[in-house]
Amino acid sequence: MSHWLIMPILLPAVVASLLVLAVRHDIVLARVFSVGSTIGSLLVGLLLFAAACDGKTRVYALGNWHPPFGIVLVLDRLAATMLLLTAILGLIVALFAINGWDQRGRHFHPLMQFQLMGLNGAFLTGDLFNLFVFYEVLLIASYGLMVHGGGAARMRAGVQYVVINLTGSCLFLVSIALIYGVSGTLNLADLSRKVPNVPAGSHAMLNVGAMMLLVVFALKSAVFPIHLWLPGTYTNAPGPVAALFSIMTKVGAYSMLRVFTLVFPGLEWILPAALATLAVGSIGILSARSLGQQASFAAVASMGTILIAFAGSSPTSQSAGLFYLPHSTLSVAGLFLIVDLVINYRSGYGDALVGSPKYLHQGMIASMFLVFAISISGLPPLSGFIGKLLIMRGAQELSTWGWIWFVMLVSSLIGLVGFSKSGSLLFWKCGSQFDSDEAPVPGLLPSTKGTLNLPSIVLPMVALGIVLALLVTLSAFAGPITRYMDATAAQLHDPEQYNAAVLGVGS
Amino acid sequence: MEFLIATAVAFTTAAGIYLILQNRTFSIVLGLTLLTYAVNFFIFASGRLSLNHPNIISDPNERYADPLPQALVLTAIVISFGMTALILVMSVRSYFESGNDLAELFGPEETVSKDRK
Repeated sequence: MSHWLIMPILLPAVVASLLVLAVRHDIVLARVFSVGSTIGSLLVGLLLFAAACDGKTRVYALGNWHPPFGIVLVLDRLAATMLLLTAILGLIVALFAINGWDQRGRHFHPLMQFQLMGLNGAFLTGDLFNLFVFYEVLLIASYGLMVHGGGAARMRAGVQYVVINLTGSCLFLVSIALIYGVSGTLNLADLSRKVPNVPAGSHAMLNVGAMMLLVVFALKSAVFPIHLWLPGTYTNAPGPVAALFSIMTKVGAYSMLRVFTLVFPGLEWILPAALATLAVGSIGILSARSLGQQASFAAVASMGTILIAFAGSSPTSQSAGLFYLPHSTLSVAGLFLIVDLVINYRSGYGDALVGSPKYLHQGMIASMFLVFAISISGLPPLSGFIGKLLIMRGAQELSTWGWIWFVMLVSSLIGLVGFSKSGSLLFWKCGSQFDSDEAPVPGLLPSTKGTLNLPSIVLPMVALGIVLALLVTLSAFAGPITRYMDATAAQLHDPEQYNAAVLGVGS
Repeated sequence: MEFLIATAVAFTTAAGIYLILQNRTFSIVLGLTLLTYAVNFFIFASGRLSLNHPNIISDPNERYADPLPQALVLTAIVISFGMTALILVMSVRSYFESGNDLAELFGPEETVSKDRK
């Protein structure tokens, strides 16, 4: 059993190297390997998830170096949940991408596998510096994916994205140096035991380190006011890549939850920023000029909602956030895939929010959009409704619950109006009155009209169908899933059990 | 020596941040390079500054140089070197695609899906 723990990192790493070295010229074989690897990751994820259900914390000491001297991988309920979510999303994106996106540039599949490797590593690691390394792995892969297919706007957005993340990495390193300088360790469990005993004279340095770490994680999860990089990046990224990125912001939220329950307990600091993030995100949904921008702002808003729940600091509230996390990841990813379909089929008009002539598969795309818009806005019967309800119930314990309820309800309404607007423009306001050779929006290319070789709709619909089935599962089995998330939150609030499991290795 | 290292880190960081805030990708790349130098120095200093001490503990009573920050800084140097190479390539590509090296995005009309095909 114990060696299975490293499989989520090893499998994509090996497959990615194989894809680069052995099958770089054979797209069919690359697709087979890529999808096979994501299915394998999914099976491993299920296995680890089933193992983590017993509530024990499993530890894998790399090279058998005992913690705190060696690097450890730690599997608990939270890590297992995130691994499973990553594997599911990886499969969906791989299925969607083999419909044509992987041929618009080179090395899509290896980059995606490396990104999955970085994500899995970040979720598994029990060491702060190793967390930084896996962040870099997933970021390097994401830089390549972000500019996949090329184009001037995408390259510029890519450069901005790289610059902001490099600056974030520098901050991360500084905070790691501060924390190491004070405590003399970077193992999370060891830190958790040593931080309360730090001499009073070093508290200032330690707190500065902790706050800088919070800023880094906030940057990765696009929290107001450092969310500005996200809309430009996600809007300009290729559709399946943006869908895969929807879990990248969640890595920031995961790291926050991990470090700020284990090492520096208390996440209340983030509440005002989380409320502002939600507000900005939903206003962005209303004012967006294209469906892609709208999906990006939906990603920002969903981060706000999750962080509101995490900032509640009580197990009830964080459990609600953990329920909302897979829901929002999947629905935002689904929305990005729909954006890509709209761009593909509405040739000449892209995803700009203007009327257009009728286009192929309009009804099918429209009904998918309806479902995902309902899911993201948090209307019943899908899991967004349950998630938001749980978060609002969790917030009742706080003195600021009035604010939280107000922001959440009003922003849901604003988001709903925004989605209704774009839905009516994209899917209802279509007809022969727009049949002209002139593009209605400057910059959009009418020359591609009708000349584009359209890929089939079957695979995208299969991918979206999987997302939809998962969302339905989340709402149909909300009871058992909530109980599991309650147990996850309880485990997070019992750091001593984590520390004992990690530091007990080999002794 | 502490004063020297501290001022060196401070000046390099300040220069790096100033350059990152410019509107040309070339200055930004230079700024990032300076910033990573400063960060590497800072990590190195987090293991305490010492001269002529071994980084292996042979005698527990003797002073030693902390080997871990040296290992960390090595990793950080490798990563920042790779990242600098990557952003240089991306900046050059961006320059050739768009004809100038401004770092800002296009106006709002142009960002809407122009190049998403």
